[in-house]
Amino acid sequence: MTKSPSQNKKEGGLLGLFAKQEKIYPKRVWGKYRELKWVAMVVTLGIYYLAPFLRWDRGPNAPNQAILIDLPSRRAYWFNIEIWPQEVYILTGILILAAIALFFITSLFGRVWCGYFCPQTVWTDLYVWVERIIQGDRNARKKLHDAPWTLDKFSKIVTTHFIWLVIAWCTAGSFVLYFTDAPSLFISFFKFDVSSTVLYFIGGLTFSTYLMAGFAREQVCTYMCPYARFQSAMFDNDTLIIGYDAERGEKRGSHKKGDSWEGRGHCIDCTACVQVCPVGIDIRDGLQMECIACGLCVDACNNIMDKIDLPRGLIRYDTANHMAAKVKGGKEKFRFLRPRTFYYGFILAFVGCIMLYTLIARAPVELHILHDRNPVFVQLSSGEIRNGYTVKILNKTHDHKTYALRVEGLENAYIDVKSAGNVTADNMYVAADSVGSYHINVRADVTPAIVRDIKFIIKDTGSDISSSYDSIFVSKKGNK
Amino acid sequence: MSHQDNENNQKKEIDKVSGVETTGHEWDGLKELNNPLPRWWVWVFLATCIWSVWYWVVYPAWPTISGHTQGIGGHSQFVELENSQQEIIARQQTYLDKFEKASFDEILNDSELYAFATAGGASAFKDNCATCHGTGAEGGKGYPNLNDDDWLWGGTLEDIHQTLEYGIRAGNEDTRLSQMPAFGKEKTLNRNEIYAVVDYVLTLSGEKQRETYAQGAQIFQAQCASCHGAEGKGSRDVGAPNLTDKIWLYGGDRQTLYQTVYSARAGVMPSWHGRLNDNTIKQLTIYLHQLGGGEEEINNDQEPVTE
Repeated sequence: MTKSPSQNKKEGGLLGLFAKQEKIYPKRVWGKYRELKWVAMVVTLGIYYLAPFLRWDRGPNAPNQAILIDLPSRRAYWFNIEIWPQEVYILTGILILAAIALFFITSLFGRVWCGYFCPQTVWTDLYVWVERIIQGDRNARKKLHDAPWTLDKFSKIVTTHFIWLVIAWCTAGSFVLYFTDAPSLFISFFKFDVSSTVLYFIGGLTFSTYLMAGFAREQVCTYMCPYARFQSAMFDNDTLIIGYDAERGEKRGSHKKGDSWEGRGHCIDCTACVQVCPVGIDIRDGLQMECIACGLCVDACNNIMDKIDLPRGLIRYDTANHMAAKVKGGKEKFRFLRPRTFYYGFILAFVGCIMLYTLIARAPVELHILHDRNPVFVQLSSGEIRNGYTVKILNKTHDHKTYALRVEGLENAYIDVKSAGNVTADNMYVAADSVGSYHINVRADVTPAIVRDIKFIIKDTGSDISSSYDSIFVSKKGNK
Repeated sequence: MSHQDNENNQKKEIDKVSGVETTGHEWDGLKELNNPLPRWWVWVFLATCIWSVWYWVVYPAWPTISGHTQGIGGHSQFVELENSQQEIIARQQTYLDKFEKASFDEILNDSELYAFATAGGASAFKDNCATCHGTGAEGGKGYPNLNDDDWLWGGTLEDIHQTLEYGIRAGNEDTRLSQMPAFGKEKTLNRNEIYAVVDYVLTLSGEKQRETYAQGAQIFQAQCASCHGAEGKGSRDVGAPNLTDKIWLYGGDRQTLYQTVYSARAGVMPSWHGRLNDNTIKQLTIYLHQLGGGEEEINNDQEPVTE
């Protein structure tokens, strides 16, 4: 932060070595970017709070919640996509996509994620709004903060914090809804019948939301967030940033109505841009690490410019190149198509295609065979040789299935399934959306050989869907 | 303290490039910029300190000469282990009650009980049986392979259960008992006669006949057939092995067979009655039965079921 450390030092002592958080009282503002921020807030919060209640029919054998992370049974559902633990690479893909998309957007438009969509920004914005409704705008809040403790101050502060806690509790409650059937958990809340795990999570997240959005605020962006720091690496001179047009604005100074604009800049030093800033910086000092590019200073300045009949855009979204070109009197176009646009775009498309392929090619059944290690083979009294295998059948459909297992590459082979009940190789039952595990014995009359390559093939008895797995058949001791 | 003095005595210097003031410290011309940590960092640091003090008080933490501080929470990993073991035993109990009452047939047709039996049996096998029979029940010389379909005393669930309970030649009333005569030691047969009967026995499982075939056959019928049967197929009543198959407990070469006939074999399987509880023996029975050689109660020679 650009706050002066010497100011802190006045307090002296060890604590004086550390920068005190200066309380920021963002002033209310109207304008295009403020409206965009309201829309972004309503949309993102709406999705967050309501999405767990969306339903998605998956038949009788799977949950009907559209977005659900079912930890006890290790499944994640997202509309028609379902992820098993072994498909966690899809999550890796999503993280890669999210990171590259962040780089891509940042290189073109600057830190729009920070300014409009980041949960830290959205919840802080919401909390500041609550603060303003209860305690009044910037000056009123400042005054209240400095005022002695009266009943009025006390009730206002308590009300604010109470509403903050309610919002935090709803936030935490919604988070938990993503991990269990939302409507039934929602109802059990009101019956005071929820598990201690749920309560621990709600307690922890309520506390963290309250702390982060109520108190930590811009400190998170400045000191804790790694993305804020490395997003500057995606910036170049063609990236849209929020900039103060110093050429036009300087020399700044107060201005009386009717005075001439000759020989001075258009900035009347009203500090409207500073007063509305949620991170407490002065944008006129140039691009700063703390700036989350929310555009509220643009709105504030434009409103002032309208009042004093000057053109808008003293503070504006612009690129460094564009601003420099304007100074020279030339015309510079926005250069959206730059090398990094292409390579970020290429990586995005590439990873996106891989993920699309893995989702489309997701097999409804998978087979895994594990050859017994001890004993490797068994000599039967008839002279036949027997090998044991553990068979795992992954039924990824939402229907109960029976599968037929056969073996290729081994003549006159018989498969015996070792299982409770009367299970044969033609009739291996696997419940919907689960893994069936069987131990099987394959016996065959073969001339002894150390290793024979064989192949197991499983076929869904109700359709033509099949899957195969390569394995071995051993009938003689020795090294391969 | 020197820092404080600096502050009082010197005016703050502002670095021209970054616009940040310096701390006044200088090393070989390099000056340190003053970018202070946020103050809440101090509070977080103090909070972690307080947490660690709390931890030292509640949990075992510091080594002492004779051990370590115990902590007032009474936490110990041994207690934790005991608790989780108790938890497991309690979880097993829900199955054990059902398992105890269930018949073999019921267990074989109930996937839960079946899984309980095979899992428990497998672990009990590794604890108690693997010493002789091997971890995979593959056996060894003198110790039968329990995966195959060749049983000395029978391979039905009841047979296996009986063997497990009372053992073989284990010295109790109900144990399985038989004795092969030591034909050579006891001078019943001479060397040539033993070789003749060995060669005859080898023909039963497909070896070529030798010139002593007739003599061997005659000796076999006189000395061996009473237990091993006229055709050499053995008898489970006396644990006499089938001599016509491909499986040999002590080895199927001529020399080993000579030794077997000369000094006889009498393997011992301990009785597990009283050493393992009834449920464990029951689990072991199911586990061994499903290893691959278990026989049905009514031997129908695995006639394929056609509809």
